[in-house]
Amino acid sequence: MPVNTKAIGKTYEPVVYAVGREKIREYARAVGETNPLHLDVEAARAAGYADLVAPPMFAVVYGAPAVGPSIFDPEIELNFAMMVHGGQEFTWGPVVVAGDEVTTTASVKDISEQDGRGYYVFESVSTNQRGEEVCRGIWTNIVRGV
Amino acid sequence: MEMAQLSVGESIPELRVTPDKYLTVRYAGASGDFNPIHIDEEFAKAVGLPGRILHGLWTMAQVARAQTEAAGGPEHLKRLSVQFRGMGVPEQEVLVSGTVTELDGSRALVETVAEQAGKQIIRNAQAELEL
Repeated sequence: MPVNTKAIGKTYEPVVYAVGREKIREYARAVGETNPLHLDVEAARAAGYADLVAPPMFAVVYGAPAVGPSIFDPEIELNFAMMVHGGQEFTWGPVVVAGDEVTTTASVKDISEQDGRGYYVFESVSTNQRGEEVCRGIWTNIVRGV
Repeated sequence: MEMAQLSVGESIPELRVTPDKYLTVRYAGASGDFNPIHIDEEFAKAVGLPGRILHGLWTMAQVARAQTEAAGGPEHLKRLSVQFRGMGVPEQEVLVSGTVTELDGSRALVETVAEQAGKQIIRNAQAELEL
């Protein structure tokens, strides 16, 4: 069965994520960060930041609430049970700190088929409360046996 | 943090980390990804996996950490792209290694991988650092 490509270009409602200090600490500990910028407010302030700095990969925390629902959009017809996360790319702008409000918009970048696999590529664009682009993500999901 | 000396052809410092038995549960809470293949042993086996597997994005975070530690802080990592292959498992050491392939002014490219028991679980990864 060929993949349905009609959703290419579809854009979803933006999702706003308020970045909390304890969420940054919780995430930083779970991924083993030891840099005090992520854990010690005084160290972050001494380095010139307003508050704790989010590790770059914290992008999944503020980005996933925007990208997640697109995967389950019935119009995409993505078979979640057969899906694997094939690839991921992030491009970062200014760092995100506790207290920031990050708005993420997800869209369907591409849907294609090759050798019986469906490639579903989503894009997320995240901006902070000053309108600066803090992260752009390319999320590639592969569905076996399309 | 001190920046490692980066020059073309040189390796970045290796990062070795062993995810403990409950790491996937803590990462699920921290990231919001509660897919049961990461936290429920019985579910994982029922869908044909050897057991609970690591979140690919946790492993990608280890690749990111190897770059930010080499470059001297989180603000230096400008881009990271990875391909996930196979699967990582808890309670086995993850090794991240990388080599500087390009250095252009203040910008460095690092080709990097993550492996477990000699098998790559992240491959073809490339990081761009602003030094």
